[in-house]
Amino acid sequence: MSDTQQFIDETVKSNDVVLFMKGTKQFPMCGFSGQVVQILEYVGVPYKDVNVLEGDGLRDAIKQYTNWPTIPQLYVKGEFVGGCDIVREMFQAGELQEFLSGKGLAVKQAS
Amino acid sequence: MSTFRNRIESKLRAAFEPTRLEVIDESHQHAGHGGWREGGETHFRVRIGSPQFAGKSRVETHRAVNAVLAEELRERVHALAIEASAS
Repeated sequence: MSDTQQFIDETVKSNDVVLFMKGTKQFPMCGFSGQVVQILEYVGVPYKDVNVLEGDGLRDAIKQYTNWPTIPQLYVKGEFVGGCDIVREMFQAGELQEFLSGKGLAVKQAS
Repeated sequence: MSTFRNRIESKLRAAFEPTRLEVIDESHQHAGHGGWREGGETHFRVRIGSPQFAGKSRVETHRAVNAVLAEELRERVHALAIEASAS
């Protein structure tokens, strides 16, 4: 495993919720990454953001790590959940909150 | 024209025998953004329904679509939005 793969592996295993994205949660650099940030903010779950545009080879390494060709990528408890479309579909179906609570993570209750 | 759109469409038809399929070039919406190139064909949206997706998770379904379009993703396609269902 390369150093970058190691970094990814440690990051997804030591943080409950991790979003690999272009830009940061404060300044997303891509519309798809921005959509997932908005959803996570709405759901109110704490998460770590990793900017794939920083760091050597991170952008390619994350695509290989889970064999997924696009960014953003959301991981929960070390498990790959999906990219922008999947996260949005889960959110719209009310499944995302359920999934996160099922993993023992605190989310805002739907009002 | 629209070579990548055609390629994507014919590959998806061959692989999944879809009951519905739309391949939309949304590149113009991303003009000047990351990954965009002159001539478009960089950002696509695929709406696909195929009985082959029945019983598959969302991740499995998206992986199957991405795998069929691996070459296109490598060569030119920067973003691929997927809306997939089993019907």
